[in-house]
Amino acid sequence: MKVLLQHIAHARSGDKGDTSNIAVFAYAPEFYPLLKAQLTAKRFKDFYAGAIRGEVLRYEVDNLEAMNFVCHGALGGGVSRSLCLDNYGKALSAAILGFEIDVPDELRPLLRGTHLLAA
Amino acid sequence: MTKTIRIGAGAAWWGDRVEPAQLNAERGELDYLCFETMAEATVSAAQVRARRDPTFEGYDTYLDDRMRAVLPACMRQGTKIVSNQGWINPDAAAKRIVHWLRELGHTGVKVASVNGSMITDRVLQLTDRILENGQPTSTLKPTLISAEAYLGAEPIVEALRAGAQIVVTGRVADPSIFMAPMMFEFGWDPLDHVRLGQGMGLGHLMECGAEVTGGYFSDPGFKDVPEPWNFAFPIVEVEADGSAVLTKVAGTGGAVTLQTVKEQMLYEVHDPANYLTPDVVVDFTQARLEQIGPDRVRVTQIGGKPRTPTLKVSIGCTEGFIGEDMFFYAGPGALRRAQLAKKILEERFRIVGLQAEEIRIDFLGLNAIHGAATPADAPEPYEIAVRVAARTATREEAIKVGREVDGMAVSGIGHTGKRVPHAERTREVIGVWSALVPREQVPASVHYFES
Repeated sequence: MKVLLQHIAHARSGDKGDTSNIAVFAYAPEFYPLLKAQLTAKRFKDFYAGAIRGEVLRYEVDNLEAMNFVCHGALGGGVSRSLCLDNYGKALSAAILGFEIDVPDELRPLLRGTHLLAA
Repeated sequence: MTKTIRIGAGAAWWGDRVEPAQLNAERGELDYLCFETMAEATVSAAQVRARRDPTFEGYDTYLDDRMRAVLPACMRQGTKIVSNQGWINPDAAAKRIVHWLRELGHTGVKVASVNGSMITDRVLQLTDRILENGQPTSTLKPTLISAEAYLGAEPIVEALRAGAQIVVTGRVADPSIFMAPMMFEFGWDPLDHVRLGQGMGLGHLMECGAEVTGGYFSDPGFKDVPEPWNFAFPIVEVEADGSAVLTKVAGTGGAVTLQTVKEQMLYEVHDPANYLTPDVVVDFTQARLEQIGPDRVRVTQIGGKPRTPTLKVSIGCTEGFIGEDMFFYAGPGALRRAQLAKKILEERFRIVGLQAEEIRIDFLGLNAIHGAATPADAPEPYEIAVRVAARTATREEAIKVGREVDGMAVSGIGHTGKRVPHAERTREVIGVWSALVPREQVPASVHYFES
């Protein structure tokens, strides 16, 4: 079944200069291999379209069942120069929760926020 | 029984709440209460303000609020304080704290100030390249406001060894503020990268306050925490080998869980195996987290590697101005009116000859936050704010943004909602650049005061 990322992972973004790091964390260990296989650095960057102007590096953090996406050129030239209303990019991590991901049907009981899924 | 020390957080940034700091002071049974109050541009902004406002003391503008809230309990219970509220004038901050100690009737308390991070007058000799763009730092000369190196924990440890009960610093790496008490209490060697790695990792988990106890976390229906209006700041219980438990005062809102701790562990981290700090290079990739009780997470095996020979320097520069304003549409067709308004503004900026490095016109409610990442099929909102911003070389140009938005009031299109300007619509941009400096070129100095 295809679901939005928000049902299998949570995320947090942080800022350093013009770079935003967006870390994505599996809600359950069973979801981590799905993230690794499907949420590649290229797909991540493509999903953010022109909002990330530079390179995206992906770090796998197995002990946390997480991946850290370091996104260069994502903060409008840097927090103080940015013309974006959210100049720290604090809300930037929420966008990736809309990424569509393929989940085996048997993992359905582990999904979060199932009230939002069709029966 | 092995010795354990309890370190609590009192602030994660300048504007943070004061009430959880007081709660930690009163009910946290703390050995140390640590405050982090500086952002990247804090020093440069303080320099600009000091130039214009001779009454500005140069330290955290909430110093009085914070100290009045926590000093009574800290003095009563023997809790020591480490804080970077000194900003550009740690001596003045220390003297102000002495003032409050005397007001409260506490005499003979030793307060230390840590100085030496400011290298504005030497930075162009001491540094070579700008890290972000590879250009020589000398290119920043015409616009330079201030430069400060990120010091490590060692001068704070020196002050604690000399008997200071309160240590107030200028720029120090955020996690070092929290690790210094561990180094002092357990006698960790500054080159013991194994213990310092664990300690600095803990400092990183503490430096953002409520971000590890349930703040910047809730997502209703997906990950909820109790009473998200009643957060406590974190407390870490540390043992001599650096093993630790993260927790918070009982009876407060929020939560300390594997999820909150994981999110904070990677917050503002790039390579998780090589998190650079002045004291040690931290490796989070072997860390172990265990939920050992409600709101209790045990943290072990954060790794450390030897520190680098350099310190990071932040260089603040004047980089022009931003002009900004917004106006509103609602009801059926809000988006089509907003789109015409955008077109009108673009034409008006051309007619008045706005000289801008960058112009951005967003529809708040649709694409102002995620910009180009907004899905093409995002639904049309019922209400939209048209938000306009431009970055310019001069304030005169930046003012044009608000002046053209003013024109939208009677010369715009139907159903335009518009505010009478009630706040300053231009602001100065302080750009922050980074460079590296050999650590021996930035000696710290510690001064002592007594109440």
